[in-house]
Amino acid sequence: MRRENRKRQHDGHGFLMIAPMYLFTLLFVFAPLCYMVILSFLTRAEVWGVVHEVTLDNYRNIMTPVYLRTFYESLKLAGICVVLIILTGYPFGYFMAKLSSVWKRRVSMLLMIPFWTSALIRMYGWIIIFRSNGVLDKLLMGLHITKEPLKLLYTYPAVVVGMVYALVPFMIFAVYSSAEKMDWSLVEAARDLGASPAKAFFTVTLKLTMPGLLSGVVLTFIPSMGLFFIADILGGNKVVLVGSLIQEQLMKARNWPFAAALSVVLMLLTSLIIWLYRKITKVRELEGFY
Amino acid sequence: MRKIAFSKLYIGLILIIMYLPILLIVIYSFNESKISSVWGGFSLKWYEMLRNDRAMHEAIKNSVLLGVLSCCAAAVVGTLGAVGMSRVKLRTKGAVEYISMLPIMIPEIILGMIFMTFFALIGLPFGMTTLVIAHTAFCIPYVYMMVKARLAGMDASLLEAARDLGASPWRVFFDITLPLIAPAVISGMLLSFAMSLDDVVISIFVTGAETNTLPIKIYTQMKTGVTPEINALCTIMLGVTLAIVILSGIIGGRKRGDV
Amino acid sequence: MKQSILTLQGIEKSFDDTKVLKGIHLEIGEGEFITFLGPSGCGKTTTLRIISGLEQPDAGRVFLAGEDVTELAPEKRDVNTVFQNYALFPHMNVHDNVAYGMKIRKTPKQEIRERVTTALAMVQLSGYEKRMPAQLSGGQRQRVAIARAIVNRPKVLLLDEPLGALDLQLRRQMQVELKRLQRKLGITFIYITHDQEEAINMSSRIVVMHDGVLEQVGTPDEVYYHPRTSYVAQFVGNANILTGKIVRREEGILSVLMDQEMVHVMDNGNALVGDMAVIAVRSEHILVTKECTGTGLAALVKEKSFAGGMLRMTLVLKDGKLLVASRHGIDADCEEGDQVFCCWEPEQAVLVDEGKQKEGAAAQR
Repeated sequence: MRRENRKRQHDGHGFLMIAPMYLFTLLFVFAPLCYMVILSFLTRAEVWGVVHEVTLDNYRNIMTPVYLRTFYESLKLAGICVVLIILTGYPFGYFMAKLSSVWKRRVSMLLMIPFWTSALIRMYGWIIIFRSNGVLDKLLMGLHITKEPLKLLYTYPAVVVGMVYALVPFMIFAVYSSAEKMDWSLVEAARDLGASPAKAFFTVTLKLTMPGLLSGVVLTFIPSMGLFFIADILGGNKVVLVGSLIQEQLMKARNWPFAAALSVVLMLLTSLIIWLYRKITKVRELEGFY
Repeated sequence: MRKIAFSKLYIGLILIIMYLPILLIVIYSFNESKISSVWGGFSLKWYEMLRNDRAMHEAIKNSVLLGVLSCCAAAVVGTLGAVGMSRVKLRTKGAVEYISMLPIMIPEIILGMIFMTFFALIGLPFGMTTLVIAHTAFCIPYVYMMVKARLAGMDASLLEAARDLGASPWRVFFDITLPLIAPAVISGMLLSFAMSLDDVVISIFVTGAETNTLPIKIYTQMKTGVTPEINALCTIMLGVTLAIVILSGIIGGRKRGDV
Repeated sequence: MKQSILTLQGIEKSFDDTKVLKGIHLEIGEGEFITFLGPSGCGKTTTLRIISGLEQPDAGRVFLAGEDVTELAPEKRDVNTVFQNYALFPHMNVHDNVAYGMKIRKTPKQEIRERVTTALAMVQLSGYEKRMPAQLSGGQRQRVAIARAIVNRPKVLLLDEPLGALDLQLRRQMQVELKRLQRKLGITFIYITHDQEEAINMSSRIVVMHDGVLEQVGTPDEVYYHPRTSYVAQFVGNANILTGKIVRREEGILSVLMDQEMVHVMDNGNALVGDMAVIAVRSEHILVTKECTGTGLAALVKEKSFAGGMLRMTLVLKDGKLLVASRHGIDADCEEGDQVFCCWEPEQAVLVDEGKQKEGAAAQR
């Protein structure tokens, strides 16, 4: 009894401090998440709303080829994007870590500006570039590389470029923060022991920056399945992602239980990726993530 | 020597590609011609048009209000949360922390979807209130994580020294903890504000018919047909973002200085 | 002892199932300079934190000036601490750091200014009011930390290895200053250190702690010359510990038989003939000779080393135990591998661990 009193006296203020966060989290994050799961087992009403009838139809529905194909397409697009992001972002982060500290700060500042700029605005810039007879077409035709306008806007490549463009900073920062912490003398030691530059890179550098690389993969793979607005703006209606599907079911088809079921599956996929990441790297926090 | 030159070239090239779309927007915002592929001479007419666009003003006002409210709410909840978590021993701590970080871990679309359905369930009218709640939810993690990182680097004996000198726990919070974590709180708030100002996906789901935010307005215009007015607007927003980044850079620089 | 200011009654504390304090009883008088001496992990810092209120004991009570403060939060206790790493508030200048405690107690501004000036003068930092902690040297920060604590005129001042981070010369200087300060203020100082020299130089009483218990409480003389336990003898005086059986009592001298050899120790009046005895002899008291002069232990010189003006010899006894002998100067008349004899004046050997021996004997019966 006495010990409990003591505890209260010393921790009371701490409980008061976390109370808002506990309340907010339970009410506005945990409860909605729970509702999503419940909703996914309910039945859609004839006209509007939800009927409280438990069913597995929503999940059965996802198993149909049409929707499975959407998941497959989403994963494929995300996969392509992540590969391209690694190819462009990894060298950048790696090279950046080798810069002098003044330039490190300058370059990360230069990266932050587009990163903080509305993704929407940046996508609009790509519309200007890709548009038929737009900047890119003008340039290519001016250089006599192509004769006809490429009409890249509203195509698959346009969506890929948009996604890579929007997400590559995550990879750069993740790789950079891990390469920055790396002990470069290990690479020198490997070279000293007779490894070629390539061999030293693959046996030492790549291994040591792997946590950053994997963290970058997680940070880019997850959003790339849900960024429906990029697919929407740059891909027109040609590229349908899980994200677009959920949005369509919510706003147009008004089939909330099905949208919920789709979300649950997407959520599980996300959790699986994060779980895999933790399993592989044994790190709780994602690197370069804030 | 040549390798270093190559790495710098590569960084430069990627940065140019990153800035290219942004640069084009800025250039075309001063274009007299309505067609983006034709340069019709320098003009401020799109800025003029923007100045007279009532609906756009409303959207800007909404967005700024939303950003300020949610980043302030997140600053209070997130800062108190991070400091409190470091002080109490509680079994549910880890779980709550994990759940509260989910809004920036899961795809935005899911967040939008759960908010939309949940707000409909509890009968909250869609509009500014729902927007603020939703945005606060994904702003809290930014503040929380920045403050938490800063707290981890703080010397615990400072807090004990203050208590030893007679300060109550709350007094310690305001006299010692808060001044020392202030840079983290402010950068967290700035990041939150930028994220709120940027958000389309979640806003689309939780906004009401009456309340337009800037990104929603831009998004609908992009989908329907583009007027160069958007270029002008984007240029202005770029300026604002630039100011925020520079500001946070200065604060970050000071942070390095005093430790 | 003067009137008691602080009393610890049966203090116990565990961290994650490890018992750090195993029932501490201690009475500290007003104006004492008391030092807790012990190796790291012996529980001395935990004891200090329990006194300041930063840690709660699992059992036992803490009385400050007769009042039970066990449940009282640290901010409500009339006790101040000088932290090991100084813990100066980095965002406040020297004046604000020192004034912090008084500001909380809503002391009038004029008085705050005067007291800060006096306190800074006392630690010889007059004129440093506007400096930030980052602009001070380690020794200066230490002084600010001391000023910040004494300015509140606490009943007890706690100092947690305050000189640990300073270099040797500065440490010696600060030892003198702290002692002077304590005399001038008349405040009870509770000082923590793992350095025997520091403890002996400064304290009016020393508390030797080991493994969560108080091994011995006494004046520096008592602890140094009359260690009660083998641990104290070893930790404070680097003594050699030998065991044997008491066979004879004669003119205030006990004869103790170790295997076949006889050694002598001062009689303390308690030991009985036939008891087991543990003897502590400090290394500088052991005479090493080549010829046997009456009684002495035969030994082999294993190693010779020279440090700090002292010659140190490690000797191997017949039963394989090691014995350390030391003396001033570098000249030694024996070489490594030589056969020698060790002896000492009976009054320089002390009987230790008597309680423990009796307990052990009782347990055996």
